[in-house]
Amino acid sequence: MSDIREALGSLAAARAALDAGSLSAADLVEAALTRAQDHAALQAVVGVRPRHARDEARASDERRAKGERRSLVDGIPMLLKDNMVVAGEATTCGSRILEGFVSPYSAGVVERLQSAGAIVLGRTNMDEFAMGSSTESSCFGAARNPWDPSRTCGGSSGGSAAAVAAGIVPAALGSDTGGSIRQPAGFCGVTGFKPTYGRVSRWGLVAYASSLDQIGPFTRSAADAAALLSVIAGHDPRDSTSLPVPVPDYAAALTGDVSGLTIGMPRECFVEEGVEPGVLESVREGVRELEAAGAKVVEVSLPHSRYAIATYYLIATAEASSNLARFDGVRYGHRAEGATDIDDLYRRSRSEGFGAEVKRRILLGTYVLSAGYYDAYYKRAQQARTLLRRDFDEAFAKCDVLVTPTSPELAFPLGEKNDDPVRMYLSDIYTVTANLVGVPGLSVPCSPAAGMPVGLQLLGRSLEESTLLRVADAFQRRTDHHEKRPPEPV
Amino acid sequence: MSRISRQEVDQIAQLARLSLSDDEAAAMERDLERILEYVAALETLDTEGVEPTAHALQLATPVRPDEACEPMDPELALSNAPEAAGTAFVVPKVIDEEGR
Repeated sequence: MSDIREALGSLAAARAALDAGSLSAADLVEAALTRAQDHAALQAVVGVRPRHARDEARASDERRAKGERRSLVDGIPMLLKDNMVVAGEATTCGSRILEGFVSPYSAGVVERLQSAGAIVLGRTNMDEFAMGSSTESSCFGAARNPWDPSRTCGGSSGGSAAAVAAGIVPAALGSDTGGSIRQPAGFCGVTGFKPTYGRVSRWGLVAYASSLDQIGPFTRSAADAAALLSVIAGHDPRDSTSLPVPVPDYAAALTGDVSGLTIGMPRECFVEEGVEPGVLESVREGVRELEAAGAKVVEVSLPHSRYAIATYYLIATAEASSNLARFDGVRYGHRAEGATDIDDLYRRSRSEGFGAEVKRRILLGTYVLSAGYYDAYYKRAQQARTLLRRDFDEAFAKCDVLVTPTSPELAFPLGEKNDDPVRMYLSDIYTVTANLVGVPGLSVPCSPAAGMPVGLQLLGRSLEESTLLRVADAFQRRTDHHEKRPPEPV
Repeated sequence: MSRISRQEVDQIAQLARLSLSDDEAAAMERDLERILEYVAALETLDTEGVEPTAHALQLATPVRPDEACEPMDPELALSNAPEAAGTAFVVPKVIDEEGR
């Protein structure tokens, strides 16, 4: 493996090359831009900002020459999911309705990355407005899985997962509303982390379902995730749900020691029915590895988890129908030509701008919030959310961390689920609960099955990201699944 | 028994400010029917006396001192406007000739 390819393969390798002086930030940026082009067929990257990235790299190299380093990620290029705004740059959310939009301000996470010296290289492909599990609803066309380009990279943050897996950049950010970081991380064989709701500012993240959305990192390893989370986590008064609590030293949690920790296996998540062969075996093998590392393993129960997908799709679409009302052709984005009055303008702009899945979810959300159905659907889903939270409280009284598969399947062939929304939704069966309950969740690669990556999901108590990172890091010290790289394009 | 009718699809499309072609409306009716059939599983759940959860974390509404702060520059705020005049967004007429 060439030095530059290795350096773009992880934050630790990039940092080591920069610290040793064997590569400059400018070298990393040039190489990342070249790799983005070499991997264009993946459709993982939808826009780059070469001029700004080169300027920022030069500034970082100048700092370093003077012996300054702003953070562990200073001078390292990264990609952001195309729903986090950067001042002066386009943001599309994979939607035609935001064609031509240029953000007048930067997201909280962008400010934090840039103050830490990280270089925002560009934007990654995603399902339109983060609504999907395969990145196929993007107006740019589907992103592809670097392990097998005929298959999905997952979604909705599929482009970020594919870009890190392919080694275009050492790290990327995604957003996770029902599994949109963890599922693509699992499908692409990288580490994906959804922190506790409120841990990372949502200021400047285009809202899908506000009570569920959370930003998090895609990296090669848990140690890299710890480094990046330290940069992006923390209170932001501009997001009223941002938690005003201190951010611990995540790197300090990576002791490699899991003795004394109890890992719970929810029995409902290890039932063969509906799970692709090979997935549960890989995850069980991963659990045995953690047991061998000294963790205690117990069985627990999440009796209401079978209601999770229904609960999620009612709550998420209700919130989305309200959030997406702002896209009306008045202040930004697509405006239909020749509208006769304001109502006609709204209707035509929205109908021309939104794709089918977004329309489907807006309609479902509008329906479940409408008079006569509110109690039957929306209120009932909120009550189910309470019951799920109680399940988690009871489980976490018996264990420190829960382990499940990340997804019930391997990365599926593109097009396979396009005409069946319910089958697509079931891809998120193990991930949506963390969003409904607000707890952190992390996916790490375990043994592959049929040549494709498999994700092992760890869920923790609210604000206990450190424990999850410690377990994931201990697992990665004993295994090399996260170090496997997909084949290079011919 | 169907859970959603074509007429209801048209009504919610109207509420959501979406125009659907006949084909789109038929596809939505079919998809929403399937989704509602799936989420009907919740009907079997005993929710008697269970408080609804709107938000995973029970947060108090954060407050800040009531002090004036710098707003976004109006020119910048209008920079994405499909049509603007002065410091305003331009839209087609909102009230018709009879003043409705």
